[in-house]
Amino acid sequence: MTSPAATLLKISGIEKRFGGLSALSNVSLHIQAGEIYGLIGPNGAGKTTLFNILTGLYQADGGKFLFSDIEYAGRSKPHILAKAGIARTFQNIRLFANMSILENVMVGCHHHTHTGIWGAVTRHKNARNEEQQITQRAAELLAYVGITRAHHMLAKNLSYGEQRRLEIARALATNPKLLALDEPAAGMNATETDSLKTLLQTIRSHGVTVLLIEHDVKLVMGLCDRIAVLDYGKKIAEGVPSEVRNNPAVIAAYLGG
Amino acid sequence: MRNALERFLMIDKRNAWLAFALLSIILLALPFAIDGLFGRGWVRVLDFALLYIMLALGLNIVVGYAGLLDLGYVAFFAVGAYCYALLGSPQFGIHLPFWIVLPLGALLACFFGVLLGAPTLRLRGDYLAIVTLGFGEIIRIFLNNLNAPINITNGPQGISIIDSIHVGGFSLGRAQEIFGIAFPAVHLHYYLFLIFTLLVIFVSLRLQDSRIGRAWAAIREDEIAASAMGINTRNIKLLAFAMGATFGGLAGGLFAGFQGFISPESFGLTESIMILCMVVLGGMGNIGGVVFGGILLVVIPELTRHLAGTAQQALLGKTVIDPESLRMLMFGLALILIMLWRPAGLWPSSQRRRELTASAPPSV
Repeated sequence: MTSPAATLLKISGIEKRFGGLSALSNVSLHIQAGEIYGLIGPNGAGKTTLFNILTGLYQADGGKFLFSDIEYAGRSKPHILAKAGIARTFQNIRLFANMSILENVMVGCHHHTHTGIWGAVTRHKNARNEEQQITQRAAELLAYVGITRAHHMLAKNLSYGEQRRLEIARALATNPKLLALDEPAAGMNATETDSLKTLLQTIRSHGVTVLLIEHDVKLVMGLCDRIAVLDYGKKIAEGVPSEVRNNPAVIAAYLGG
Repeated sequence: MRNALERFLMIDKRNAWLAFALLSIILLALPFAIDGLFGRGWVRVLDFALLYIMLALGLNIVVGYAGLLDLGYVAFFAVGAYCYALLGSPQFGIHLPFWIVLPLGALLACFFGVLLGAPTLRLRGDYLAIVTLGFGEIIRIFLNNLNAPINITNGPQGISIIDSIHVGGFSLGRAQEIFGIAFPAVHLHYYLFLIFTLLVIFVSLRLQDSRIGRAWAAIREDEIAASAMGINTRNIKLLAFAMGATFGGLAGGLFAGFQGFISPESFGLTESIMILCMVVLGGMGNIGGVVFGGILLVVIPELTRHLAGTAQQALLGKTVIDPESLRMLMFGLALILIMLWRPAGLWPSSQRRRELTASAPPSV
């Protein structure tokens, strides 16, 4: 990042405990608008826990974060944060399995559409227009992420790689400022990972900031502008890929030193 | 309804018109045909089938669309029925007209839907089922005991001489002659119930294929993912409870006006289970299936009631097993067989069928 970009997300001193176990302790980081930010660390380091706090699935025990100039104490409901512009995918894919792929993406449009019971039953002009718009938008997003299947196909019948892409399309349908991806390349082969990389670069070029949890070190190093490393719930390093790669603490954490 | 029919049967436009015309004639002539062929008692069964279809469609919104297992649904039926009975009977000497009491009952049921839905929002699956079961029983027990210290519901005796359904001077409670054709009371109720059933089907179809319907389905499929996609799960679940309860209250009001007598006995747990069976047996989430399930579960017990006695007489020359217990045995057996044979219901959701028939496009 050469130009002084605005901070999109500033996490300050987030704490999370599960009983006696401290899953996150005093984690702080800030993500600039327009960058691809990587979050890595060994299993159980607290990466997904941090995601769950950012998206409202968990409540933080301490700390706060500032997103898009609004402060959250880590206790907001998921739909509030989605509306604020944080969208996510899940490590263990959570699609709406028995809905069509088009409907999956259309659900992502829920919070920025308005048709209620009355509109749904009468199908007045506004409701019809809105429905038409989001159908079109969903179809565009499917093409955008590279899914060329029939739109009425059920999500559960997609291949694994396509399911991961569908999750991204669904998240993009919420019009996010920050797209948080939890291990999007897990279970993908080299070709699929390559096209995922291209997709994420395209998404970033369209103005969406990407926060990425990933185990594929090659992908992270090649894709991310900056990286933070978590280990046992603490941030042990942060910086551009080349710095992080040579950081002794990171090497120790990964090699079990 | 024509478009709905088109989608229902997956036929093209021209054939849809034909099917629509044919279906209209059948539906209009049905009470007379059944009256002539099987007797007036079966027209009454038909009326009840329509009431149960409305109930099953209401429950289908909660269970089929939103995936919230509700075992106390009959409570909303009771609320609608008692609202109608209390405001249109000598119980309090109030006799409000049908077109005021019926929407009022539906509205009150809607209110109760939200009231009983709110505490269950954090519950899922088995736990939700148990709590809703409890709520259903609470309503029934209240109705059973609200005869003291002030007599409101008349307790277990129930409320009788409820006003028949009438619009202006036209009463459905007695036979009427229209265009020289005599319409007995059961026939008149059939047409009224048919209008409301079609209305409920229409609303269900429209909701299913809308932003709200998709939000319900999303919650059913994965509540956490739904909330992460910006759906306010609390409001959307309450909306499902409210819509389902509204249909239940509507059916309740019609039931009270039709029957002329109601008591808490009509609103027990078995009724809730029966309605749930209609939804599950017919095909959860699919309106055609639920309608079919409703008809079947009203007609099968009636059929077995007739068959259980006469078949024994014909085969063995005497009644060996009490027809009433044999009837329930046969009914239970039929349920088990259907569930073994078609676990997804007799007429599962069309989406699954579409999925099976659609040709796959070239892969990536």
